[in-house]
Amino acid sequence: MPLYAVLLLAVGTYAYRLAGPLLGHRLALSERVRHLLTVAAAVLLVALVATGALTQGHGFAGWARPAGVLVAGVLALRRAPFPVIVVAGAATTAVLRLCGVG
Amino acid sequence: MLPCVAFAVSVHSFALTNAARGFILMDMRSFLRTLEHATLRDIALVCLADALVGASFGAISVSGGLPLWVPVAMSLLVFAGGSQFAAVGVVLSGGGALAAVATGLVLNARLLPFGFTVADVLEGPWWRRLFGAQLITDETAAFVLQQDDRRRRRAVFWLCGIALFAVWNVSVLLGAVAGGLIGDTDALGLDAAFPAVLLALVLPSLTDRRMRTAAVVGAVVAVVAVPYLPAGLPVLFSLVGLVFAGRPRVSEAGGVGDGERVPNIVKEEVR
Repeated sequence: MPLYAVLLLAVGTYAYRLAGPLLGHRLALSERVRHLLTVAAAVLLVALVATGALTQGHGFAGWARPAGVLVAGVLALRRAPFPVIVVAGAATTAVLRLCGVG
Repeated sequence: MLPCVAFAVSVHSFALTNAARGFILMDMRSFLRTLEHATLRDIALVCLADALVGASFGAISVSGGLPLWVPVAMSLLVFAGGSQFAAVGVVLSGGGALAAVATGLVLNARLLPFGFTVADVLEGPWWRRLFGAQLITDETAAFVLQQDDRRRRRAVFWLCGIALFAVWNVSVLLGAVAGGLIGDTDALGLDAAFPAVLLALVLPSLTDRRMRTAAVVGAVVAVVAVPYLPAGLPVLFSLVGLVFAGRPRVSEAGGVGDGERVPNIVKEEVR
């Protein structure tokens, strides 16, 4: 990841943050826009989970990785502590690979 | 024990970077007195949760092949965990730098309404706005929304913001150093850790049925697009799921906007 990309993301993110404190009195966001921004964040994150779990390059990542993410998801739904979720997910994938699952 | 450490770290490292450290330290002490014990404990727990996320971010980035300065610089300059993970995820899966920036910027657009929510806290001299703006995150916005009293809103914003900034950057650095020591990352299943972290972060916010529909449709579109589009773009294509977003609920429109959803995130993390 080149430096200019980090800087672009940083400057854009800072602009989002600064708009409210600078323009707070002169501009108000509609509820519709707020709602769409909230949903957009969730949609992107879930898409990242799906592509990150299932794909590698332009193809399928193999069964070990999605199986680990599935275990993590079940633990997250059961409100397991964060470290447990992440370690259990990675461990599942690691053990499956050790057993020869791709 | 841990809360004390977190606060000591935050006060100390902030003081190192600030010329007016006597003033700030005094201010921090009065902030600590202003806030209720339960609020302080919640802030400490959120710091602890974010420290674990930050350490994972540093470790995953470096063990995935990025140089150490990338996660460290991102954490200082971008300081928004979800978008940092997203941008690094796009790059690690072979996507272009611009696709990574675009994904991160769409994700961070939610900070725009948060900025309006906490604007009253940052009223005052220009340097306070410029510095305070960088501390606006999901967590600080949520804590500010929980407080009615103006003094407490200010206190909780600065305390939570500075503590999180310090804890986040220190933990990312430690995680990145540790990530550099790991040899075969695939054998340890670390490639599964990245989607696992994101899933744990996003699940609590999927409370609304239409939000879940939009997210599932978006995810299917993204996965189906992977073989055909350059890496990085499929995730952006997931935004077609937004056609299922619907309109804001009446309860949402009546109150403080996203206020009802944001405190949920904190509640989920503080468990």
